[in-house]
Amino acid sequence: MLLISCPNCGPRDETEFHYGGQAHVAYPESPDALTDRQWAEYLFYRDNTKGAFAERWVHSTGCRQWFNMLRDTVSYDIQAIYKMGEPRPDVNTTAATTPEGAKK
Amino acid sequence: MSADHLPEHPDFLWRNPEPKSSYDAVIVGGGGHGLATAYFLAKNHGMTNIAVLEKGWLAGGNMARNTTIIRSNYLWDESAAIYEHALKLWEILPEELEYDFLFSQRGVMNLAHTLGDVRESVRRVGANKLNGVDAEWLDPQQVKELCPILNISDNIRYPVMGATYQPRAGIAKHDHVAWAFARKCDELGVDIIQNCEVTGFLKEGNRVVGVKTSQGTIHTEKVGLAAAGHSSVLAEMAGFRLPIQSHPLQALVSELHEPVHPTVVMSNHVHVYVSQAHKGELVMGAGVDSYNGYGQRGSFHVIEHQMAAAVELFPIFARAHVLRTWGGIVDTTMDASPIIGTTPVENMFVNCGWGTGGFKGTPAAGLTFAHTIATGAPHELNKPFALERFETGALIDEHGAAAVAH
Ligand SMILES: Cc1cc2nc3c(=O)[nH]c(=O)nc-3n(C[C@H](O)[C@H](O)[C@H](O)COP(=O)(O)OP(=O)(O)OC[C@H]3O[C@@H](n4cnc5c(N)ncnc54)[C@H](O)[C@@H]3O)c2cc1C
Ligand SMILES: [Zn+2]
Repeated sequence: MLLISCPNCGPRDETEFHYGGQAHVAYPESPDALTDRQWAEYLFYRDNTKGAFAERWVHSTGCRQWFNMLRDTVSYDIQAIYKMGEPRPDVNTTAATTPEGAKK
Repeated sequence: MSADHLPEHPDFLWRNPEPKSSYDAVIVGGGGHGLATAYFLAKNHGMTNIAVLEKGWLAGGNMARNTTIIRSNYLWDESAAIYEHALKLWEILPEELEYDFLFSQRGVMNLAHTLGDVRESVRRVGANKLNGVDAEWLDPQQVKELCPILNISDNIRYPVMGATYQPRAGIAKHDHVAWAFARKCDELGVDIIQNCEVTGFLKEGNRVVGVKTSQGTIHTEKVGLAAAGHSSVLAEMAGFRLPIQSHPLQALVSELHEPVHPTVVMSNHVHVYVSQAHKGELVMGAGVDSYNGYGQRGSFHVIEHQMAAAVELFPIFARAHVLRTWGGIVDTTMDASPIIGTTPVENMFVNCGWGTGGFKGTPAAGLTFAHTIATGAPHELNKPFALERFETGALIDEHGAAAVAH
């Protein structure tokens, strides 16, 4: 089970959260201009990265807020947690923090 | 065939050749699907200068990790057609492959626990019958008669309100299925190459002409991807995307017990499925982990939920012990249906997206994928399962409908 550090509530068991899939997938700017191929990409195609993956989670049984998480899909190591709207951190320069906030 | 007549040891069932420098076709992935594809390429299309490349050991992926439930009671016509064709093949394959893989048609029940479940189930029974698939609706008493250890009292959280039942459904011994295909492939001249990981592709323009592997470069005219949970990793190497998300899925077994569980019981609503293996272990599965993952392990809370559901439905399980748990990586699509067909890369074909339910489809996946690889065109059965459906919107939405919740 993952121990996820909600930016608002602190570390909680995975069971309190819901997974929301790939992060940083923006709603199309001009939906009426999209081709069928582009609609397919927006609706059905998501990255399926083996390694560091940026994804969305919601703390459904806590603060009910969404946030982004950078997680390794092989080791399940949580490398960073950051706010919606913030750019994906570069894990090489932004050290991941443990729930207590200490450097890992 | 009884347990004292178990088939030959796998080491002697196929050669372990060095890869040749070129083949007419290369299949990536030595699971059940890759092996069945090679078998039908050789048998139905006379293509014998072919290789199956497996990065680990033969059928050590999802093939060796699944709970082996075989059924064809899917809702939509396209699915009923392909899964029922698979079931008909399961019925004749032991003889054709000259190998008894213990296909046991002990029936599969899909329980209904809510009024919504009941309506959906009765509808599916009707749809199955119209498609020539055997199906019955059982009331709780009939459920109890078929599986006496099931708790049908109405004082549990989700009482059993009935079940769909497919008598021809059942289970088979998965390793033996793989070995049966591998042995026949080998007899027909197919090279099965283990410990051979595909790490890239050779292309001329948009046409694939070879594969790069951990055992060197192999030239080939055609490539068939049958890599289940790793399909999108391979697609990325080839330069295209697949609408696939890989998730961990777990299973577990108990210690051996006397025969207590005469059929297969699945519940979508409380989410557990149980059968008793030939030797006597209770074999159980549940849902996928919600998040993407390539680690062959899963979350403990999923097991906790499935055990709670199992013990409520089968009170005698309370004293059973979990002996082993393990995980596989399943390749899910948005409509819970597979993808079998051509790709944006010329001469490269893909069979993937079978998600949590592809073991049952193995023979039909092999048959139709072989047809597509050999002829460049879909078989009647896999035509609706093309990659293009995500663009045309002609989805085959089996989510929930096919008695799977994931
Ligand atoms: C726990 C669990 C329970 C399940 N229960 C059922 C069930 O009851 N009924 C049912 O119908 N289905 C079930 N399934 C689903 C079923 O197992 C799969 O859909 C099916 O096995 C997929 O086809 P396959 O056998 O070829 O896949 P796999 O056996 O996974 O074969 C793919 C192979 O490709 C190899 N590979 C990957 N990348 C490379 C590479 N780069 N180079 C070379 N080789 C590579 C892998 O090592 C692997 O051996 C279950 C799955 C799991 C995990
Ligand atoms: Zn919170």
